[in-house]
Amino acid sequence: MNLAQWQRELRNWLVCASEAAAANLGATAQAGLSVYQNNYRAQLLGCLEEAFPQVRAWIGAEAFFTAAVTHIDQHPPHAWTLDAYPQGFGATLATLFPDNPEVHELAWIERALDESFVAADAEPLPVEALASVDWETACLRFTPSLRTHALSSNAEPIWSALSEGLPPPAPERLAETACLLVWRRQRVVRLRPVEALEHQALLHLQDNGSFSGLCEWLVERLGETAGIAKAGSLLASWLAGELIIGVD
Amino acid sequence: MSTSPFSGYGLGLRKEHYQDFLETRIPVDFVEVISENFMVDGGQPRHILRQIRERYPVALHGVSMSVGSADGLDSAYLYRLKALVDEIEPLFVSDHLSWSRIDHFNSHDLLPVPYTDEALDLVCANISRAQDVLGRTLLFENPSSYLAFDGASMTEWEFIAAMSRRTGCELLLDVNNLFVSASNHNFDALAFLDGLPTDRVRQIHLAGHSQGKELLIDTHDSPVCAEVWALYTLAMARFGPLATMIERDDRIPPLADLLKELTIARTLGGLDGRACSRSGA
Repeated sequence: MNLAQWQRELRNWLVCASEAAAANLGATAQAGLSVYQNNYRAQLLGCLEEAFPQVRAWIGAEAFFTAAVTHIDQHPPHAWTLDAYPQGFGATLATLFPDNPEVHELAWIERALDESFVAADAEPLPVEALASVDWETACLRFTPSLRTHALSSNAEPIWSALSEGLPPPAPERLAETACLLVWRRQRVVRLRPVEALEHQALLHLQDNGSFSGLCEWLVERLGETAGIAKAGSLLASWLAGELIIGVD
Repeated sequence: MSTSPFSGYGLGLRKEHYQDFLETRIPVDFVEVISENFMVDGGQPRHILRQIRERYPVALHGVSMSVGSADGLDSAYLYRLKALVDEIEPLFVSDHLSWSRIDHFNSHDLLPVPYTDEALDLVCANISRAQDVLGRTLLFENPSSYLAFDGASMTEWEFIAAMSRRTGCELLLDVNNLFVSASNHNFDALAFLDGLPTDRVRQIHLAGHSQGKELLIDTHDSPVCAEVWALYTLAMARFGPLATMIERDDRIPPLADLLKELTIARTLGGLDGRACSRSGA
């Protein structure tokens, strides 16, 4: 067996606890295989527990453990950093809790906060820079830490209560989606519920960045006066929140 | 392509102690951080590391280079590490003689390398490439091991000595790992020390371990035990002066407890690292 084959057998043992793989690794390897298997699974479990403390608090330690084991069995890690491993756990939770959207939406919140925390640094656009902007052609650039999502449940107030150690509200499906922004101002991560229109406006801008395009889009929905006024108030809010880092 | 010689006594910096290190002058000669924790795009981790670097010499210790991987090195990983190295200008850059990656799978564990000629050729090629990319001599640590290999053609220390000789890399001797592996595989830790090239060992790690069901487990969650201190004294006598570090990764105690352990290291190693050093060192 060459080195690559030997490493694949050890991978098969770690991922599947394959008896055939264990046998192929040779008699002298047997005593320690369980140690590596335990290290592998314990590390991934610990990673998920650390990444999703409020999900764990919400569904309970036992249900979280079952969900984590399911995820670990189905999704062996592949990235160079363990920080990437929590990325797909929300999808696993959505499958395991199809009638409880607040579970995977809590996971989205926790993941977005962690990603935003270590996103690339970017200086906010200074207000003085606006003086020379040609708004007809201006394209806005947003901070790389920005994450947006539309929630179908009251996951945000549940997350807020849990993270403050308060009793969380009962879960409920919302009649209209609630939208969230997560981003970092300097080194502090922010989370802000926004109305659906602002969320859609951000998605629109993230598609092509054009501010005049945003104005047209808002005018179509709100009429000329209200649409232009809304574009102005959104721009002011994003500048004040340090969401915008440049205008091209 | 050379690293500084003896650099004193340091601690592994963990987030539980960030504020202590930033708010007061902690009596250490350097700190060591896990490279991957800071190989992020930005935000608080990199900000803290910059602040720490302004106050203390920093060693970068990696866990994901995977020089034993039959797939070769991950270029994206290497260049991300290089960016961190270029910014921090660390005292040492180290990783492990281990592998974690094969066919798009990453175990995130320090898996052992078979001590064969094929593995030696591959490890040496990977180390040489890493040193070329990073533009400096790297240190590689002996990992704790829990399994042996049918078909091994050399001992661990023969493998490490050949690896160092062929690549010019330096060695980070983890005395606890040596103790754990020697116990688990029933070899003589002194033979291991005797087999290492005396001029290539640059740094020492000290840590604690736990007794598993059948094997010793490298948990890094307890104080250094008496046997490891004894082995450390012998290692310093043979290889010293060497930069020495207490490495705790779990059940992190108050900083004062780690500083007490570091005082023991200083006492055994000598303030200039020369009290126990071989003659003429």
